[in-house]
Amino acid sequence: MACIEARGLRKTYGPTIALDGINLRVEEDRILGLIGPNGAGKTTALDAILGLLSYQGELRVMGRDPWNERYQLMRDVCFISDVAVLPRWVRVSQLLDYVAGVHPRFDRSKAEGFLAKTTIRRDRKVRELSKGMVTQLHLALVMAIDAKLLVLDEPTLGLDILYRKQFYDSLLNDYFDHHRTIVVATHQVEEIEHVITDVMFIDRGRIVFDRSMEEVESRYLEVMVRPEQAAAARALRPMHERQAIGGSILLFNGVDRQQLAPLGDVRTPSIADLFVAVIGNQHGQVRGAAQ
Amino acid sequence: MNTQSNAILDTPGAAQGFAPAVIPESRLMYWSVVRELWESRSIYIAPLAVAALILLGFLIATIGRALSEANLAQRRAVLEEPYSFAALLIMATTFIVSVFYCLDALHGERRDRSILFWKSLPVSDLTTVLAKAAIPLVVLPLLTFAITVVTQWIMALVSSAVLLESGLGVAPLWTRLSLSQTWLMLLYHLVTVHALWYAPIYGWLLLVSAWARRAAFLWAGLPLLAIALVEKIAFNTTHFAAILGNRMSGGAEAVTMPGSSPMDPMTHLTPGHFLTSPGLWIGLATTAGFLAGAVRLRRSQGSI
Repeated sequence: MACIEARGLRKTYGPTIALDGINLRVEEDRILGLIGPNGAGKTTALDAILGLLSYQGELRVMGRDPWNERYQLMRDVCFISDVAVLPRWVRVSQLLDYVAGVHPRFDRSKAEGFLAKTTIRRDRKVRELSKGMVTQLHLALVMAIDAKLLVLDEPTLGLDILYRKQFYDSLLNDYFDHHRTIVVATHQVEEIEHVITDVMFIDRGRIVFDRSMEEVESRYLEVMVRPEQAAAARALRPMHERQAIGGSILLFNGVDRQQLAPLGDVRTPSIADLFVAVIGNQHGQVRGAAQ
Repeated sequence: MNTQSNAILDTPGAAQGFAPAVIPESRLMYWSVVRELWESRSIYIAPLAVAALILLGFLIATIGRALSEANLAQRRAVLEEPYSFAALLIMATTFIVSVFYCLDALHGERRDRSILFWKSLPVSDLTTVLAKAAIPLVVLPLLTFAITVVTQWIMALVSSAVLLESGLGVAPLWTRLSLSQTWLMLLYHLVTVHALWYAPIYGWLLLVSAWARRAAFLWAGLPLLAIALVEKIAFNTTHFAAILGNRMSGGAEAVTMPGSSPMDPMTHLTPGHFLTSPGLWIGLATTAGFLAGAVRLRRSQGSI
């Protein structure tokens, strides 16, 4: 059973189409990065998956219909959304009591263990904590829940670099094992690049790119080409070209490494460069060669 | 399939090797109510503060007025008068607390975005809304009762001490007060009027708080006023205003003497009459409708 399965998932707000009939399948035991510009539909898609929004089309998450079975679904699914949502009036100890009271899969001692590694005191109210500490607290709660699916929507937004790094480190080291699925939506592409197993680009309500990282590594290559070899390189039909100091960088899809090696320095493109290439092409920018 | 394997399969999560993963509804309700008390501490702070002020006032009255009253009969009168006043004051306080609590209950969590956190937990919208409705319908009436009982009891002890000090017997005071009967009446009044009869008021306020994006207080009152005005202009009648007035003035059917003080021991309780009055049942059905609307709204709403 796929963890998330959507067919023709569509959401409109009046004349605005937030999700334009997307198809999507996320298998168990993957870490999927959902990447897109602001307003592309990332949050709408995640909200539909979490049962926070009604939608048209078919959607099953852990075999359930999220809109009609949200609270049953939440026994198996956790999420941290893009805004600090822990109530500001609550004390850390109350939060632990409450989650332990209502969540069947919450392991309080585990949460206490995570909190012990931070400077967060049990008698503090959320409003007295810094934004970084609130995120640590939320993460400690979520990681102590034995859920099958964890959804993160811009979880590190507004955090300083130290906390951001820590966030993904603890997620990988202390949480992810091979029984869980994680979906992370962000536009801080470089942050999750080495964490994810699958990548999906979403743009204007559509999924425009959907590959595993292995596929990305085997199919996409980037070559730094000196001007005198540019014409030869362009003949191989790069999907994108950008200028850099001392030459151009051309991005190829499915071209053999051996063919590219004589043209210059060959490497796997970063997700950010791939994203620019794919989304740039989608937006109908000049493809390939410069003027 | 035999019954044993049925039992195993009925436990959600058993197939995946998880521990049984359902928390009983009663426990979800308990924690949902507890979190309301954590969030809205005015629920108990306001009536406790009023009770403390009443006791302070009573002490000043006893020491200042009763003891300076040379006439012993007068002194006794001063000591007996403030009991039902104390009860009314505490009741009025908790009613006001109920109104403000309800208006904020489903609005505050959207305003501070914490609704996204609450919705990430396996608690249904129905449980959440019912827990919030339980505050004015169950928690506050019981709290009012408990605080009033304790307050009046302390007042009675203070009065007794003053009477003994004055060389007067305490028996007449306790007979006159007949506290146990007063408390029974109080409980009856709280259950019939404050919980059951006022239920649609709280239901309406909860619905408005789930719906309004801002100014919930205005939205709670203005539409009602508008309906009454339109009715008056269009038909020159005041039925809607009469219905509202009847609801606000409180279930007269619960006692024999409309308008009499509920604490008056002479008032006769008429629970049969109250329970068979259509007004009660129409009110409760309306409340159910309002709460169902609030549940629906909460389901589709995020932060504002």
